[in-house]
Amino acid sequence: MAETVEIRWHGRGGQGTVTAAKVLADACLSGGRHVQAFPEYGPERAGAPLRAYNRVASKELRMHCPVLEPDVVTVVDATLLDSINVAEGAKENTAFVINTSKSPGEVRAKLNAGPKQRVVTVDATKIALDCFGRAMPNSPMLGAVCKVTGLISIDHLLEDVRKSFGKKFSQKIIDGNLEATKRGYEEVKEG
Amino acid sequence: MAKVVAVTGNEACANALRQVNPDVCGIYPITPQTDMMQRFASYIADGKVDTESILVESEHSSMSACIGASAAGGRVVTATSSQGLALMWEMLHIASSDRLPIIMPVVNRALSGPLNIHGDHSDAMGARDTGWIQIWSENGQEAYDNTIQAFRIGEHMDIRLPVMVCLDGFIISHSIERMEYLEDQEVRDFVGPFKNFLPLLDIDKPKSYGPLILTDLYHEYKRAQHEVMTKVKDVVLDVAKDFEKLSGRKYGIFETYRLEDADIAIVILNSAAGTTKDVIDEFRDKGIKAGLLKPRLFRPFPFDEIAEALKHLKAVCVMDRADSFGSYGPLFMEVASALYPLEKKPLLMNKIYGLGGRDYLPSHAAQVISELHESAKSDRINTRKEYIGVRE
Repeated sequence: MAETVEIRWHGRGGQGTVTAAKVLADACLSGGRHVQAFPEYGPERAGAPLRAYNRVASKELRMHCPVLEPDVVTVVDATLLDSINVAEGAKENTAFVINTSKSPGEVRAKLNAGPKQRVVTVDATKIALDCFGRAMPNSPMLGAVCKVTGLISIDHLLEDVRKSFGKKFSQKIIDGNLEATKRGYEEVKEG
Repeated sequence: MAKVVAVTGNEACANALRQVNPDVCGIYPITPQTDMMQRFASYIADGKVDTESILVESEHSSMSACIGASAAGGRVVTATSSQGLALMWEMLHIASSDRLPIIMPVVNRALSGPLNIHGDHSDAMGARDTGWIQIWSENGQEAYDNTIQAFRIGEHMDIRLPVMVCLDGFIISHSIERMEYLEDQEVRDFVGPFKNFLPLLDIDKPKSYGPLILTDLYHEYKRAQHEVMTKVKDVVLDVAKDFEKLSGRKYGIFETYRLEDADIAIVILNSAAGTTKDVIDEFRDKGIKAGLLKPRLFRPFPFDEIAEALKHLKAVCVMDRADSFGSYGPLFMEVASALYPLEKKPLLMNKIYGLGGRDYLPSHAAQVISELHESAKSDRINTRKEYIGVRE
């Protein structure tokens, strides 16, 4: 792992994007690592575009400002690709993880991604609908980010999803989210 | 054994308050403090603490309730932000002049108007003359540690003063970070049982708090408040020493970063200090000797120690996340006063940054360090006071 991995999440209010960033931070705590998870606070409305951030590092994290040059850009809602520049501040080797039914090639063309930039897609909304019947793509997106970054093992992530969702939801919803996280991990496509 | 967690600043402070288990808590919610008191209210409702909650109709009433409970003889806490702290204003003076050791996390937020809920230091800086001790915190860990230490400082029998523990709204209050919790028993042992001093509920010895004193003794009363502030620094350092033994984490009255051999330095409070440290490392790699001083104890302000720490520098920029319109930023005024008695002083400039939650970015720190570097070379400054990060 690089000394610090910085992740920027793009989502819309009500999709569980902030929760995903929080679960990822918690899961990455292991091995003495330092973590941050924080959303950008604006008017909090369902459907409004929002950003959330993660930093994961082997040393103390002192920086307290938004992630400006992300190593990973996660787009939880593909309609955002038409309305905001998700590639803002992206580095030569930034990885994009996009929730879409489109192929990685199509998304790569749309993003005009560079040769060293990775473009990874996963149909997270469909997975969520299959697994627990709600268009909440956050848990499959977590699985996809886990696969792409290699920050933690999938078993470790599943344990943390179980813990985080266990506080709020019924067993049926927890099981659905665990299955969705696993499928998100397994069903990423890169191109 | 310390427990490693990933939690928000609000959650960390609420947990510190739970571990201390105070007698009374005045509760009135205000963004971005709401989540802290909501969590503490849950601890009360779930029987995790023995605290009696007093739900009130305003922050003025919250502080009034705290004053009553503290004078009665209880260990008392509350928390607030921004307009809430502003509304407490007259009661803040009464808490400190009645020498009531109320502990209050202040989640720093901008003041209206226009309405803004985001982080800056206007609220606590507006309360700097209220006679409270103020301790400032860079991150969630420091906010947690400072909250615990605040009880020992405020309740010390030589001090008996209320304490504000300041942390940045949203940037710290709502950000999840890795930190370490102490065990409940360790915190309880560290803080110790509450020691009473002239409690109203000791009905065998009736007494009054805050009676009328006019020209006969008011002046002497205020001098006593001045006197007690001169003793705070040593208590803060003693408590920090004990805390280090317990936690391994070292605290002083301020923190310095790569300052000893520096030519130029930034003086800055709270979360922006962390971002600045990373940028200082980049400049050091380029051979520019930059350093940082981050005050922890802002009231009382450690003038002599800060002058000593800064006296060797060629140029210093004091950065304020609050303004005293028509004057300088509040931190600048303190540092300028501290440096005045020196025969040879660093060049001194004041930058106002980050008001109303405007991001403080590494590029802002870099801009300031570059300007300091130029000033040190040319032995002159361009502007004494300037706003940075302004959209033109």
